[in-house]
Amino acid sequence: MQWRLVKDKSLSKIMLLLTVVTLSLVLFIAVGLYYRSIPILQNNSWGSLLGSSVWEPIKGNFGFFPFIMGTLWVTLIAIVIALPLCLLTTIYIKEYAPSSVKKVIIPLVNILAGIPPVIFGVWGVLFIVPLIQKYIAPSFVEFSTGYSVLAGGIVLAVMISPLIVSIITEVFNTIPQELKDASLSLGSTKWETIKKVVLKKAKPGIIAATVLAISRAFGETIAVLMVCGNVPKVPHSVLDPGYPLPALIANNYGEMLSIPLYDSALLYAALILFIIILFFNLISRIILHRLERKQN
Amino acid sequence: MNKRIFEELFFKGLMILATTLVAGSLLLIVGTILYKGLPYLTLDMVTKTPDGGFYIGKEGGVLNAIVGSFYIATGSTLLGLLISIPVSIYLNFYIKQQSFLSNAARLSFDVLFGIPSIVYGAFGFIIMIYLGMRASLLGGIITVTLLVIPIMIRTLDEIMGTVPKELRDAAFSLGATRWEASKVVLRQILPGIITAILLSFGRAIGDVASVMFTAGFSDNIPISPDEPAATLPLAIFFQLGSSVPEVQGRAYASALILTIIVLAITLLINLVSKKFSKHKI
Repeated sequence: MQWRLVKDKSLSKIMLLLTVVTLSLVLFIAVGLYYRSIPILQNNSWGSLLGSSVWEPIKGNFGFFPFIMGTLWVTLIAIVIALPLCLLTTIYIKEYAPSSVKKVIIPLVNILAGIPPVIFGVWGVLFIVPLIQKYIAPSFVEFSTGYSVLAGGIVLAVMISPLIVSIITEVFNTIPQELKDASLSLGSTKWETIKKVVLKKAKPGIIAATVLAISRAFGETIAVLMVCGNVPKVPHSVLDPGYPLPALIANNYGEMLSIPLYDSALLYAALILFIIILFFNLISRIILHRLERKQN
Repeated sequence: MNKRIFEELFFKGLMILATTLVAGSLLLIVGTILYKGLPYLTLDMVTKTPDGGFYIGKEGGVLNAIVGSFYIATGSTLLGLLISIPVSIYLNFYIKQQSFLSNAARLSFDVLFGIPSIVYGAFGFIIMIYLGMRASLLGGIITVTLLVIPIMIRTLDEIMGTVPKELRDAAFSLGATRWEASKVVLRQILPGIITAILLSFGRAIGDVASVMFTAGFSDNIPISPDEPAATLPLAIFFQLGSSVPEVQGRAYASALILTIIVLAITLLINLVSKKFSKHKI
């Protein structure tokens, strides 16, 4: 056989191997995290770990409920703020904005996507936390340090907005121009067309984008950790401090090898995060892939 | 006024407001960092490593963290490239589109892209325990490589999809093997590869949750891969936690340095894609 063909065949095998190994990374991560979580799962059931609110690592009590609630609060606030803003922004960019405005806005959103999490955190500490402490909190409660799930939610909302904008833009691209033209030709205004045609048609895509944004918000660590207050209690209002799961892992990695079962507990927290995010990602990606295929 | 037109105007106003908020937040962030960081940004910050007492406000800079971050970002980007290019060539030119492997691979890279860096950090930590490694430069590079692989593969995959099929067919019709045809395509997508490199470099240099467990922290510039390495984002995080105003100020200055690096990378990406797309087929 010719050398060229040998080269082609052998490279093909190597590439196949690399592809299979990298795509199995999902599996490796799942197995690795589960394997390290076994010690804590032997002493506690899933239900008691997830449902208990007692967090005393030294006594061997690991209740993740406050952390899960902290994560949920922060994520919910972020989505509630970011989704309407991003939806309106995307509609404006896609349907209304003159190209001179687009040329300014789109690069700004792209740059925002590249800003590192820690910078968002610093900004949160310098801007959002004092804003809440001095101007927002005093009208509702007597005292707040500003470090709260609200601060975490606002910072997260800004962080995830480029992702939402870019995905919804892609979804809008899949909507055929003919549909919009048909609606406009019947005399509806642009907004009516958007409301009754574009948004209706884009609904599955918008849901997928939301799910994806939720999973991004779930795993965000450092920025949230810096502004959230990190008190292991279930938050009862947006001005209470919270302690999301990723912050728990990041804050305690230093001492995790010195207390028995602590490392297992933290890696179990990573496993929970991984499972939730994997699930959300799979749902949204399957919806998006299907939309894309339909378009082709 | 007509109610329908009023509704249109109302929502258009809301949209402009929303767009201003979303895009304006970038200016607000950069502005805040600039305003707070600039007074503390001295030449010492970028040319010196921490002296004794640096963390209580004495002399020194964050050169150790800047260099550590560059080492990790460069190492992981190179390693990631070595893996990502063959994988994306394989997915695009060696197997049938819409086959099971191709769909499974794309789905799993999309999912991997969504996995947060803290999970990669935890996974890297597990690998290091398994291998008996300590927190070190090498550990950081390995973990961040895992983090950037999905970013690179997705970017490369997208770009390879834009290359006209005729280009490959022309190579095939001249008797080229799949690998030889791939080389033709690789030359065509060079700007795309550079974009992928810059994208993952930017992500790698700014990420903190993945290197927290795996790279450690050190006041010295690492000289071998098994030494712990400081990273710029982690240095910002540590300094911000201090109660000494001087050290906090340095955190702002470090944040400014990181912001400048990331903005420069973004600018480069734009320049590259503009410059090279001129000669594209």
